[in-house]
Amino acid sequence: MSGSALFFLVLGLALIGWLTARARAVRLGGATRLHSLPGQHGWYVAMWVAIPAFVFLAAWGWISPQLVREGVLASPQAASLPAFAFERSAILAEARAIARNPDLGAFNPQAEVLAPIYRTYLTRYAWIGTGIALILALAGGLYAFSRIAAPFRARGHVERGVMLILLVASLIAILTTLGIFGSLLVESARFFSIVPVADFLLGTHWSPQGVGVAHPGRDLGAVPLFWGTFFIGAVIAMAVAIPFGLMSAVYLTQYAAPAVRRWVKPMLEILAGVPTVVYGYFAALTVGPAIRQFAVALGMPYASSESALAAGLVMGVMIIPFVSSMADDALAAVPAAMRDGSLAMGATKSETIARVLMPAALPGVVAGILLAVSRAIGETMIVVMAASGAATISLNPFDSATTVTKQIVDLLTGEAAFDSPKTLAAFALGLTLFVITFLLNIVALRVVKKYREAYE
Amino acid sequence: MHAPAPTAAPKISARHVSVHYGRKQAIDDVSIDVDMENVTAFIGPSGCGKSTFLRTLNRMNDTIPTARVAGDIRLDGEDIYAADMDVVQLRARVGMVFQKPNPFPKSIYENVAYGPRIHGLAANKAELDHIVERSLTRAGLWGEVKDRLSDSGTALSGGQQQRLCIARAIAVDPEVILMDEPCSALDPIATAKIEELVHELRGKYAIVIVTHNMQQAARVSQRTAFFHLGTLVEYGVTSQIFTNPRQERTKDYITGRYG
Repeated sequence: MSGSALFFLVLGLALIGWLTARARAVRLGGATRLHSLPGQHGWYVAMWVAIPAFVFLAAWGWISPQLVREGVLASPQAASLPAFAFERSAILAEARAIARNPDLGAFNPQAEVLAPIYRTYLTRYAWIGTGIALILALAGGLYAFSRIAAPFRARGHVERGVMLILLVASLIAILTTLGIFGSLLVESARFFSIVPVADFLLGTHWSPQGVGVAHPGRDLGAVPLFWGTFFIGAVIAMAVAIPFGLMSAVYLTQYAAPAVRRWVKPMLEILAGVPTVVYGYFAALTVGPAIRQFAVALGMPYASSESALAAGLVMGVMIIPFVSSMADDALAAVPAAMRDGSLAMGATKSETIARVLMPAALPGVVAGILLAVSRAIGETMIVVMAASGAATISLNPFDSATTVTKQIVDLLTGEAAFDSPKTLAAFALGLTLFVITFLLNIVALRVVKKYREAYE
Repeated sequence: MHAPAPTAAPKISARHVSVHYGRKQAIDDVSIDVDMENVTAFIGPSGCGKSTFLRTLNRMNDTIPTARVAGDIRLDGEDIYAADMDVVQLRARVGMVFQKPNPFPKSIYENVAYGPRIHGLAANKAELDHIVERSLTRAGLWGEVKDRLSDSGTALSGGQQQRLCIARAIAVDPEVILMDEPCSALDPIATAKIEELVHELRGKYAIVIVTHNMQQAARVSQRTAFFHLGTLVEYGVTSQIFTNPRQERTKDYITGRYG
């Protein structure tokens, strides 16, 4: 039975459980006073039907492929498989594909031999899984159904069940992040077993296309990439985003009439929802050529239309709403008493903003800027479209530049073996970027927290 | 509407003042004179309009977009709602102390130096130091903070913060100081200090203090105005208001019938 059919079967059983349990509770309620509402008895049974079965299925989805693989490997036909892990995995994967879809032609004769065995094990474990899931669903349902009685406190049990579901939902994001981090760590460790850490972090030469076999570290120095990332994301983009974001926040919180604020603020927030690809077009097709013309007019005849400036400027515009909305919150959180105190001294509005409100809101503003920086250096699409270029360390904003994210895209797209230092470098870059943005976010959150305590 | 209490040359003279917040009327036809020699107390139950009226005297109601003020308020005979009146100048002449101490998140020194700096009252650091010391001394805080002027103003105790705010108001050398329930967030000892301070400042500045603590009004003021439901019910010499009120409503409030 296929996964989705099983899923709906369990859901159906849960529905039946809900209906019968509710009906039984209603009948009981006719004679005596129930502790919980009939619907709560229904939910109690439905949860007992669905949750154990789904938990088992989730675990089974993880375990059964390994059981199948073990089974196949234990068969006599598998004895002739090559010992090299990569090759063996490739053959097994092909066999599994054929087993699932017999129309596929075999590329490797060994895979063709293994396919029927694979199919046998697949069906066998699929049936075992289905059977256990259904037994669990029925057993859970019967157990729960047997507990229905007038004094039974279904309400509390359902409440706990709801909490459990919410807990799992909130853990999924965290666990996924941990998983990603773990896999980055593993791949990076492989990379660093080939390339010394110091070569990677301190090396100033980056040309992954011509990585030498003897000294791969010589061509995989990431400094130019981090420089490009820093220059585009933290210097040029911030030079745009910080002043405009702050000024728009000051205008919106302090000067704008309520009607203006009602219109401008959502419009600014819409900017944050524009897909970055669209910004990428804008950077590559409009801003880039314009900047090239400007550079030519300045006396740089060979200027490229793919410049750090084009990517940085557009990225800055993209980041404005982040800075603006964080600064807006921070300014709005400064107590009105502070503003009144300054105005009552005879300070003008702009004096009050510059000397009292801004200093008071500074931690929140700084946190907003840090989050914006971390967002900017993780940004990929704009750079891929507008700044693709050589990995050089240059202070000239009209030069083309490249960033960590852009290089990760280059390294992982196209044909590449997954065990070459060139490909593994992508994971090391990803890990470094992850650590940097992670630290930035932690600092930002700490700053915000400290600031909140000051005014409560 | 009876006549305002007789005073010497009135510092502030308000006539037929009404205030609306949007469509809601907060103050209805209030006329009052405030002079330099006496401390004037505004008393009345919560929501009676006493704070609103106080805020019309330095145009702090301007910061509330829906507030509208009608009537005539004069400071030394000058119409403070006239088109050519500079609000910045007005507020430098009419200082204000708020209900909750609101020192800026800056050092003690910078809190006091704030006003002189924005109004350009000190030509150099020595003059500024002098203004800061004089203001803190007048506010009775110098002895407690002179060794830690660079500490944050928000690190002081509530009572000290409020005296810091008074020092801050004094620093620009105002003519009038408005105090909006300055002790409502303070403990009795800090309250006593503020009241003592009001006594000492009397005569140097025209002082108007809003309070809903009747004992406080009796202790610190020489003139008392009783507000109720947005109107001025009675205004007169404090001792008379508390011992021999002319209006029935004043008597009821003083004796604790309501409020």
